[in-house]
Amino acid sequence: MQKAEGGRRNERYPLMEGATDELKAASGRSVGEISLEALTADELTDDDLRITPEALRAQAEIAQGADFPQLAANLRRAAELTAVPNAELLRMYETLRPGRATYEQMVALADRLVSEFEAHEAAAFVREAAEVYRARGLAKP
Amino acid sequence: MPPSRRFAILAERDINKETFVEPWPEAGLIVADSPYDPQPSLRLEAGRVVEMDGKARPDFDSLDTFIADHALDLAVAEEAMATPALQIARMLADINVPQAVVRRLACGCTPAKLVEIIRHMNVLEMMGGLGKMRVRRTPANQAHVTNWKEHPALLAADAAEAALRGFAEVETTVRVARNAPFNALAILVGTQTGRGGVLTQCAVEEALGLRLAMKGLTTYAETLSVYGTERAFTDGDDTPWSKAFLAAAYASRGVKVRFTSGTGSEALMGHAERCSMLYLEARCLLVTKGAGSQGVQNGSISCIALPESLPGGVRAVLAENLLASMLGLECASGNDALASHSTMRKSAKLMLQFIPGTDFICSGYSAVPKRDNLFGGGNFDAEDLDDWNVLQRDMQVDGGVLPATEDAVLAIRRRAAEAIQAVYDELGFPAISDAEIEAATSAHSSDDMAPRDAVADLAAADRFLASDQGMLVVADALRRRGFEDVAANVLEMGRQRLAGDYLQPAAIFDLTPLPPSPETTPRSQERGEGQGGRVRFHVRSAINDANDYAGPGTGYRLEGERWAKLQAIRQARSPRDFIAPNVGPASPKLVEIGAARPSTRPEVIVAVGPGFNGALTRTIGGLEHEEVLAAILSGVAEEGLTARVVKVYRSSDLAAIGYAGAEVSGSGIAIGLQSRGTTVIHKRGLARLNNLELFPQSPSLTLETYRAIGRNAARYAKGIPPVPVGVKIDNWARLRLIVKTALLHRRETDEIADKPPQELWFDWEPED
Repeated sequence: MQKAEGGRRNERYPLMEGATDELKAASGRSVGEISLEALTADELTDDDLRITPEALRAQAEIAQGADFPQLAANLRRAAELTAVPNAELLRMYETLRPGRATYEQMVALADRLVSEFEAHEAAAFVREAAEVYRARGLAKP
Repeated sequence: MPPSRRFAILAERDINKETFVEPWPEAGLIVADSPYDPQPSLRLEAGRVVEMDGKARPDFDSLDTFIADHALDLAVAEEAMATPALQIARMLADINVPQAVVRRLACGCTPAKLVEIIRHMNVLEMMGGLGKMRVRRTPANQAHVTNWKEHPALLAADAAEAALRGFAEVETTVRVARNAPFNALAILVGTQTGRGGVLTQCAVEEALGLRLAMKGLTTYAETLSVYGTERAFTDGDDTPWSKAFLAAAYASRGVKVRFTSGTGSEALMGHAERCSMLYLEARCLLVTKGAGSQGVQNGSISCIALPESLPGGVRAVLAENLLASMLGLECASGNDALASHSTMRKSAKLMLQFIPGTDFICSGYSAVPKRDNLFGGGNFDAEDLDDWNVLQRDMQVDGGVLPATEDAVLAIRRRAAEAIQAVYDELGFPAISDAEIEAATSAHSSDDMAPRDAVADLAAADRFLASDQGMLVVADALRRRGFEDVAANVLEMGRQRLAGDYLQPAAIFDLTPLPPSPETTPRSQERGEGQGGRVRFHVRSAINDANDYAGPGTGYRLEGERWAKLQAIRQARSPRDFIAPNVGPASPKLVEIGAARPSTRPEVIVAVGPGFNGALTRTIGGLEHEEVLAAILSGVAEEGLTARVVKVYRSSDLAAIGYAGAEVSGSGIAIGLQSRGTTVIHKRGLARLNNLELFPQSPSLTLETYRAIGRNAARYAKGIPPVPVGVKIDNWARLRLIVKTALLHRRETDEIADKPPQELWFDWEPED
């Protein structure tokens, strides 16, 4: 029998069970405090149901450790994008659809991802897209 | 020549409503191995792909670039490409090669190489490979819940029923796009009423889908479609980069994502570029992988009829599921859109995914009738649920669907409808009346629902979408109206977002409900809620439930409590009371008078089994033993002979009973009669298993038949030719009655005793 690689179990996973004490919502509230009682007391806001970049990075590490590197990269980009407001995020996605933006507009988006949101991996991804779009006629002329 | 009657009947069969065409590679109408498919190749320079599948980097289209730069694992690519495809195919089929070893190599294969591996595999080998490569150890299933009227109470009731029936995910969509927030809300509330932890989604345009997820109305997204050629991709209004960005956007809100691909879409869109469907699907899968999607729904999906029109189409669909699994992508394996008119063809195709098990056997089992399915049909629908449950029970296979009783279904449907009514009321949406609750509870389809004011609903849906109301206000509305358990489940779906555990590959929340907590009230248990107000969902994914299949005795086994649940279909009866109708008071007219002695008279012996007129008193056809005997004796009397009745104790076997009777018969002729009614005419001197006439179709035998049997036996005894006995042939009787037959025979066999045949005095006189 050949030795199996990958698929390593992670003791912390699921984080909801293995790392409950560290888990927080974007609001800073601990997951343990998110309950029907808190809802009844009118204490919860939408940010109490928003995932943090830390949780996403932790999941990225788990995915990487289990040999899912592309998923890990996606989760790292996601961690960066938590900082982007909903409406803004929708606009960014729209910019990346074929024929929506010029090469320059895409580069500008990449720059803004860095300057406003410190989203370096997402920015690199958008820059790469800009190059391919220009070469393949997928950017707005 | 006159036309063939047989061909005329064949032409009317369901299978001949399908379209079958010959391959045409130039139009992309070929499922695998187009002569224009590229040959596998890969060249790296300085850690970068400079040539892939016969194309140099300057000639790459956007998909090539994306695959080369994001999908291929360059650390193993050269090794993988140097390994013969046949060898990798054999590794897939070899139980001694673990999943991870195959996956490692697969992740270094180019699209053409992946297709080359498949070329060496037949369907059986691929099924074995799929069982091994499936990402999650525990198979599961997904349901579609939609309806033509987009009725919120019906959506909630059907979603609750789907959850109760064990579906791990429920997907809805829209007829009118503006209804999206309401449809998503209805199935969120419905599923969380039925079973907490069921993931939900609403298939709509990409940007709208993201908005619904941001509001917390959906917990996963699936319809992120990718295509195998650049032009088809662009027609789909995306690029690999925009799709990957969208995937990250969803994940950034803690929402699970699955891409969609499948054979045939490029040909349908006119952009197949002369390549085979499977080659283009391999490209889709690598784009999916490269984009960081944890999984894919494929298996042709809505295009299924196109590969099925071509030779090898169903095999290719299995191949695409296998390729997805090889690459470590969660696979929701099709079996959703209407694929065939023929139930035989549909079921046969299903087996390719059903038997190996996939992460989701159906990427949408229609939990509603076909006509209410807004996804393009529903290959298997609400009317097939019993069939599905029986198939699981037949094969001891977990197809992800639990049997359910009518009472439990009605209770959960009502509660879900009441829950969505409460939410509508609390949030000021157009009211759902009590009459609508009643209708949704008992409904089968939207035909059972009165139409709603669509204008008012759409206006309210628009306001809801534009508002900042989301999951929290829904949970709060439920709580305020006394639906604490549903509120707790909805809130828990939101809380699970904070951990992101279900962003890992092939994640679902546990199919097995937690044991009831102390807070669970008897009333909530009656309603079919296992968890009361306190919930804790347990995630299962590639990380903590990785498929470890390595041959017999390993991997997922349907056994224990889960197998007990899947066996317990509501139609299953206890076999112990099956033969009750065949047991009554014994006739006092039959009395045992001592051992039967041989005679030389011209007579007929009627030899009965050991249970006759004792342990059993009626035949399988419900005839009283006494009346059967009277009929036979009347027939014998008609021919001017008499008959003696003998009870055989040493065997319950028909031939042995008849044989024993013939041994003591003056004429050498005996009628053997089992208590269930099966009859033989035997003759002394014949081999035991030989006979003169056999009447095996006991359920079809009438008193008139028994009389005719008596007449014939007498004619044999007299040495004159018998008259054919007319017996109705019913080939379904055996199918219907086999359990009863077995149990009647068992009961008779219990009466076997070690004593010689006994003569019975029958207090009976022939009618004149």
